Amino acid sequence: MSELKSWTQIPMGGYITEPKNSMNNKTGSWRTQRPVIDQDACTRCRICWLYCPEPAILELDKPYVAKNGRKYNMTFEINYDYCKGCGICANECPVKAIKMVPEVVQQ
Amino acid sequence: MTQVLEKQRERVVVGKKGLTTNYAIAQAVKDVDVDVIAAYPITPQTTIIEKLAEYVANGELDAEFIPVESEHSALSAAVGASAAGARVFTATSAQGLELMHEILHIASGLRLPIVMAVPGRALSAPISIHGDYQDLMNVRDTGWIIYIASTAQEAYDTIIEAFRVAEDPRVQLPVIVSYDGFLMSHTTEPVEIYDPKVVREFTPRRRNTRPILNPENPITMGALATPDWYYEIKYQAINALKSSRGVIDEVDSEFNEKFNRSYKPVEGFMIDDADYVLVTYGGAATWNALEAAKEARDRGLKAGVVRIRLFRPFPANDLVKALSNAKAIAVVDRAVAPGSPIEGPVFKDVYIALHMADVDKPMLSVIHGLSQRTMYIRDFYELYYRLRDIAKIGKSPQESLFMGLR
Repeated sequence: MSELKSWTQIPMGGYITEPKNSMNNKTGSWRTQRPVIDQDACTRCRICWLYCPEPAILELDKPYVAKNGRKYNMTFEINYDYCKGCGICANECPVKAIKMVPEVVQQ
Repeated sequence: MTQVLEKQRERVVVGKKGLTTNYAIAQAVKDVDVDVIAAYPITPQTTIIEKLAEYVANGELDAEFIPVESEHSALSAAVGASAAGARVFTATSAQGLELMHEILHIASGLRLPIVMAVPGRALSAPISIHGDYQDLMNVRDTGWIIYIASTAQEAYDTIIEAFRVAEDPRVQLPVIVSYDGFLMSHTTEPVEIYDPKVVREFTPRRRNTRPILNPENPITMGALATPDWYYEIKYQAINALKSSRGVIDEVDSEFNEKFNRSYKPVEGFMIDDADYVLVTYGGAATWNALEAAKEARDRGLKAGVVRIRLFRPFPANDLVKALSNAKAIAVVDRAVAPGSPIEGPVFKDVYIALHMADVDKPMLSVIHGLSQRTMYIRDFYELYYRLRDIAKIGKSPQESLFMGLR
């Protein structure tokens, strides 16, 4: 979360004077469940990337060798700063490679 | 000194016209040279915008006149134009002001210096086109600065002051200038008109001192504020209204220097030694009360009148000062707050103001003049004698007095 400022420090009327400042709003804090991608099961089909409404699926130039020996030159990861945990990616994944794991407070 | 002022005034005053308060408002709007007028006709406001439409059509006023399909749109267009940096005027009454209601909060929350004239009118049902202040009382909590004028001259002067106050970088809030529907809006009075050049000098544009919608330097107004931010942004506007009083006084004293006229937020008549005081607002109630006070004084009763000119921010300390020596006080409301502990809306404000300052006087809430029910001078005269009796008992009556009710 960005710093919670006092009323004296906020632009008058809540005007947004710097473009793109919605980036400061880390909506990841809303999440109750986090999607976790099984990189070995993932076929890099890009459907999660397509459906993510945020969008919080990162397509990275990161090579990966799966346990079955298959080589990929890209990897999908989740941007947890903005992922709200809606679960659409897990629901749409054709090979069920994304699991929704409850966010729990560490005891 | 007086001679200097008189000479200065001769230079400033370019004529004396017979004008209704509505026409005086239109004249003032022309003299401050607004950029945009967005309005929808409604009685008793209509003649203001008729006159302004005429000024625009015949080239006397270089402004954009936006005819709209409702008051909701009128104020919405005003909000847009003001956000883009224009000097904006609108006007309405009664149902029209109600239809504007949600945009009233938006105009103040977005800190837009719109000026609006509101000749007060009764609310439906039953349908009435006649005057009272119910419409105004219903919008008192929308965060606007609210003046209530008592003469056509005061209304003319107040529109000029209002643009200065609204656009002051320390204020940046919309302003309502209200007055009696019909009893003032349609009554012709002599009004001194000032040289428009001097008026425009007095109300310089401040386009460059406030953030506006400008493609060269884009900003966003009216974005969603989550619960983490709403409270702080709202408080800015609450604080701006509260602290606007200093600017209101400053602008009036500068106005006095320039035009040799001044209006105090609370105006007292014969109150220095008054035992019994009627607190009023608007034209008819005030001037009839004053006639009654003079008659009461002729018969040996020390009567006075206190008129509230600035309604928001509420001039609490000024009222305490004006009312501290009275033995009993009545507040005459031309509006009603049904179901309240007591039904006079301004009575409640005055009562709270006095009690916050530990001033405890017997006080009477009077409701009168709803939908322009005639308020006779003899009614106000009778009130002074009621106050004498109430002062003897030393206790505030527990019920509002509904005067003129059959």
